[in-house]
Amino acid sequence: MTTQQVVAPEHLFFEAERERQFMTGSEAVREAIKRANVDMAISYPITPQSESMHLVGDIYAQGYLKEYFRGESEFAVMAAVAGAAMGGVRVFTATAGPGTLRAFEMFPTWAGARLPVVCAFMTRGVNSPLTIQPDTIEMAFLLDTGILMFHAENAQDLYDMILKAFVIAEQTDVHIPVGVFVDGFFVTHTREEVATAPADLKLPPYNPYSAPVPVMDMESVPVRQMRDPFVMKSNFISYAAHASWQQEILAAQERARKHVRRYLGGLLEAEHPEAAVLVVAAGTAVSQGREAVAAARREGLEVGLIKLKSLRPFPREEIRTLARQARALIVPEFNRVGWLAREIKSVVEDTTKVIDAPRVFGGMTMPPDLILAQIRRCCA
Amino acid sequence: MSKGLFRISPGFEDVMPAEYKELVTNGPYGRDLGVKDLGTFKELIEEHPLCAGCAEALALRLILASLPSPEDTVIVGSTGCSSLLFTQVAVQNIHSLFGNQNAVATGLKRALRLRFPDKVKDVVVIAGDGATVDIGLDMVMQSWFRRELITTIMLDNEVYANTGGQESGMSPQGAVLYMAPLGKKFPKVNLPEIAREAGCAYVATISPALPRRLGKVVRRAILVAREIGPSYVQVFCPCPTNFKWPSAQVLQKIRDRQKEGIFKVREYVSPEAEAYLAGLEVERQHDEQE
Ligand SMILES: Cc1ncc(C[n+]2csc(CCOP(=O)(O)OP(=O)(O)O)c2C)c(N)n1
Ligand code: SF4
Ligand SMILES: [Mg+2]
Repeated sequence: MTTQQVVAPEHLFFEAERERQFMTGSEAVREAIKRANVDMAISYPITPQSESMHLVGDIYAQGYLKEYFRGESEFAVMAAVAGAAMGGVRVFTATAGPGTLRAFEMFPTWAGARLPVVCAFMTRGVNSPLTIQPDTIEMAFLLDTGILMFHAENAQDLYDMILKAFVIAEQTDVHIPVGVFVDGFFVTHTREEVATAPADLKLPPYNPYSAPVPVMDMESVPVRQMRDPFVMKSNFISYAAHASWQQEILAAQERARKHVRRYLGGLLEAEHPEAAVLVVAAGTAVSQGREAVAAARREGLEVGLIKLKSLRPFPREEIRTLARQARALIVPEFNRVGWLAREIKSVVEDTTKVIDAPRVFGGMTMPPDLILAQIRRCCA
Repeated sequence: MSKGLFRISPGFEDVMPAEYKELVTNGPYGRDLGVKDLGTFKELIEEHPLCAGCAEALALRLILASLPSPEDTVIVGSTGCSSLLFTQVAVQNIHSLFGNQNAVATGLKRALRLRFPDKVKDVVVIAGDGATVDIGLDMVMQSWFRRELITTIMLDNEVYANTGGQESGMSPQGAVLYMAPLGKKFPKVNLPEIAREAGCAYVATISPALPRRLGKVVRRAILVAREIGPSYVQVFCPCPTNFKWPSAQVLQKIRDRQKEGIFKVREYVSPEAEAYLAGLEVERQHDEQE
């Protein structure tokens, strides 16, 4: 293990000289966790996530993490992660598709308990029938759990977003979990060049006493404290307490916006935003979108590309503004339900501008030609 | 808990509730008190909404009075009647979900060991029979397989009490309860045996009808979990409300069941745990002589 030096997040993210290496998405997870000063990671196997947690296990064996073990199920892992976070340590875990669904009750519980857990989701299809292939359907289910959601386009994003997720999640005015999503196989199991900060640098340790909620260690007051107290009486004070508690999670998501802008450079990225037709995508659909946009522009078509990086918080105002001057928003997606198009429709003024296509699922790849066909149609 | 941490901030003396002030001046933290000292100190448990005559509430009162180091104990509970009481308990405690208590405790215990390597932090799980033997059994047993250094205490009231009296794995065979309209078809789950086979170094069954014995058992279980291995205590405390007994009769019912041999007080101590406890006993006598 390299001896590591703690540096400011800004230095690690923006100033330290980066080295380019050819690596898989799973290896990018390892490189991020190596520099994230994580205390504990808990794992459970599921394709296509397993490899990244094997690699986290390897760096635990080398001494980069203090604790690592395999739990008995995703629900138990997410529960153990919650216990660890309440005990005041920085934790990491990862899952995929069926694992996400098995653990589901824990996600709103993390958010409600204000736990700054970082979890990577290597998205895959869910049963039935069983598939291990990429599909972003699980993200539709997670949109309203209260967790922050970032979507990586490639291994570089995955590396950067995981590291930045810890810093954003742990802000006192945020302090809710972050899910970093990446399309399974397409990114986890393919290689690309990733620029990483030197391995002898790491983030500052988590300070549990910066949390807006008490740490469960009997070293901080109040000691007469339940995490989290029940508010289930049949009276208005109880209803109001539960309602305001839920609103506070949403408010924490809102307060996260400024941190997302600062560390991720914005909730979205736009290329040619002035164009009349925009391809709006998240995850690897952005890459196919980019190819289609380049091909269309070679044909002389006026088209731009919007890459969404943060889905929670959702770039509501940004999209509404972009949509105002556009004629059409084409939303390519890797799932059956078209949840991203639904999200976009929920914020634009004229929903008829939103084209919820092309859509592939079940593990299919997305030929850029399908997107190009939509662009041609919209430009005609 | 660091010395001096638990005090009233200057200027707040008049606004803090009386019972909190009493906890500060006469609480059990760092004092090595037990069931025999009840009545001489301010207990961890405050007024709570459990039914009059609830055997589970009595069991909890005794358990809380028996914690060897309340100042360094974190409790993990689960949804059920007991969790309605834990908001009023003066040690930090976690309610996460119904049934995930041993998984939460696993993460918590490991986190506290990382953060306080030179201090003992006791993590004690206290949950109902439904939480322990039904919905959470997987995580309970897995924590034992992994030899997590936590104590698991089941409040065996023989029913899903908090949801209105449904059959649980710990209900007696034949009991007619909600969701068992023709009577329960299988006997009480023998979790103490399972605990022993699954790797617990200390296993005991007890009831609040034997307060001192209960105190001793809880203390031994928590001490064993510090060094030797997981420990399990099953507290027999049937629910008067759902079995429709006059609340004043609960302790007698427990005694009757013990007399009939249906409920047995038992203790299993592994050889390592036995040696460890004997060593602590010698140390304690030595300290007392000094
Ligand atoms: C996932 C889930 N399923 C069901 C419930 C409903 N529930 C709450 S408490 C409870 C019964 C608890 O029984 P037990 O663990 O024996 O505790 P007791 O109330 O008897 O003390 C049930 C079924 C829940 N809260 N969560
Ligand atoms: S329902 Fe039963 S277990 Fe629950 S508080 Fe009342 S007596 Fe106790
Ligand atoms: Mg019960």
